[in-house]
Amino acid sequence: MTITTTTPDPQAADLSTRDMLLNIGPAHPAMHGIVRIITKLEGEQIEEAEVEIGYLHRGFEKMSEQVDYNGVIPYTDRLNYVSPLINNMGYCMAVEKLIGIEVPERCHYVRVIVSEVSRISDHLTCVGATAMELGAFTVFLYMIKAREYLWELVEEVTGARLTVSYCRVGGVKGDLPEGFDVRCAEAFKETRRVIAESEGMLLRNRIFTDRMEGTGIISAADAISYGITGPFLRATGAEFDVRKDCPYAIYDRIDFDVPVGTTGDNMDRFLVRMEEMEQSMRIVETALRDIPPGPVMSDPGTGRPIPAAEMVDLAKMGQIAKLIGGCAVAGPTLEGSGRAHRPGVATDEKRVFLPPKEDAYGNIEGLMQQFKLVMFGHGVRAPEGEVYFPVEGANGELGFYIVSDGAPGAYRVRVRPPCFAIMSALSKLLTGEMIADIVPTFGSVNMIGGELDR
Amino acid sequence: MNAAELIAAVTERFPKAVSSSHAYRDDATVTVSPESLVEVARTLKEDAELSMDFLMDLTAVDYSTFGDKGSPAFFASSGVSVRPTNLIPDEDPWPGPPESGRYALVCHFYSSTHKHRLRLHVSLDEDEPEVDTLCELWPGANWLEREVWDMFGIRFKGHPDLKRILMYEEFEGYPLRKDYQVNKRQPLIGPVN
Repeated sequence: MTITTTTPDPQAADLSTRDMLLNIGPAHPAMHGIVRIITKLEGEQIEEAEVEIGYLHRGFEKMSEQVDYNGVIPYTDRLNYVSPLINNMGYCMAVEKLIGIEVPERCHYVRVIVSEVSRISDHLTCVGATAMELGAFTVFLYMIKAREYLWELVEEVTGARLTVSYCRVGGVKGDLPEGFDVRCAEAFKETRRVIAESEGMLLRNRIFTDRMEGTGIISAADAISYGITGPFLRATGAEFDVRKDCPYAIYDRIDFDVPVGTTGDNMDRFLVRMEEMEQSMRIVETALRDIPPGPVMSDPGTGRPIPAAEMVDLAKMGQIAKLIGGCAVAGPTLEGSGRAHRPGVATDEKRVFLPPKEDAYGNIEGLMQQFKLVMFGHGVRAPEGEVYFPVEGANGELGFYIVSDGAPGAYRVRVRPPCFAIMSALSKLLTGEMIADIVPTFGSVNMIGGELDR
Repeated sequence: MNAAELIAAVTERFPKAVSSSHAYRDDATVTVSPESLVEVARTLKEDAELSMDFLMDLTAVDYSTFGDKGSPAFFASSGVSVRPTNLIPDEDPWPGPPESGRYALVCHFYSSTHKHRLRLHVSLDEDEPEVDTLCELWPGANWLEREVWDMFGIRFKGHPDLKRILMYEEFEGYPLRKDYQVNKRQPLIGPVN
């Protein structure tokens, strides 16, 4: 539907006109996170829009230089805070590339599974928020409900819903809990039901389609020249997905499709994200089927289970003989990180990953390894060098550029934020549109303040 | 093209501009002189063999305290000396930071047609570091260069609107420089009047 506007000719009516400056200020219900858009309006049409960011700048890059390699991981959680596992994974894989170590295959599968669950929750948040801002409050609540099921899954694996700090340099904190695939299948059933309901409520809704179709159009060539990647770029027709074009972890073994749009308007971005959620679920289901088996804690063949507190007491009294071959039974927080699960989720490189607690308390080699990684003056020391490692974040290519000088911490950590490029194109996207189009366009940008400003 | 071929392709097109190159961890990296940056970038974008249509990232590194932290050789309070954890060895070591020039501008390029990546290093001096802008070639460079100006103080000649992007305008200093203390506070407290 095209809208024609006729502005009365000022000369003919003998009127003087002035452009109106409207400040869509940092604190605004429709501005996800905090961003300021200063628009110059001619009636309802935007003549110029200037975007001001930086309200959530917390000095991620400066702080990363002060802590050691594993200490940066909680900071990476808080970058794109709706899909923290993808940031964790990107950073850890960059450091592993710098050091030159490989993680076991099961660890790759676990990382991919949790990353894709994170990606689904990011898309649910983005699509739900966009729908809510156009008036569809029910869709938002349904999608947040689906996100809750996914966050319960994430909490089982990592211990936290949002600020997970799950990956470590050289592996992950702990293995997937028992029965994860069953609960994952249940959560996905709910998510698929929610997606189907939302599509039914929105896609044939006249209000929604009129506001989303034909607004916020950008061409593929323009998007590429701004450095835009991810669902925003794929909606314009350019097929670039880091998981397919520069595959990492085990993405080259998993069969999945990459949805690509045609017109590059808001509706295409919405549809691309909806379809990407389905593809992510497909990736997780394939990965859960193909994951190489890991030892299970309760399997009697892998070791005698000893309650963790008892084990620590025995070790402090020096009764090591009673501990040989035992596996600690710990509470839910430390489940999956014991000796039984170690080979599956962490590299054996001793200079990089902490030993299982049974070894740290039980034998001198484990104690030495723990000491050499934890005490002041020691720690993971990567060789001198620089690497750039890109992963596919929920918004596009999330790249980590790390420079090391051999010290126990990184010398420079640069994160290439995917939504920075999209936001730099926002003023061009909004020029010529009407005020009401800011809402769906900005919603489909999926600006995450933590990632944009760091 | 793989890393070695990329480096060879760039070096043969700009033999005078390229001062060094390496492919540490298979990331093709080429160091060019500041005056030739725009020309090299234009060729990277337009040449059919290279066709780097994406400027993925533009950032900078301050090498002034490179290698200073090291590892303490002993605990100051007790005087006990310890041998720190060994540096994990490298068969193909990195050539090292640039000998001269405090800053290095680092640009990452990607080609969606050939699916190869290249990193460009440009060595810049300490006083008044300046380099030409890449805004005409890639509009995305606009905000990236503003961030480098904001964080490092590297000026971009020809940039349409070089002002701070992440920090507020009245902020003094360049936060990501190594001589900017991490715990220094410059709170912005309310309007002036």
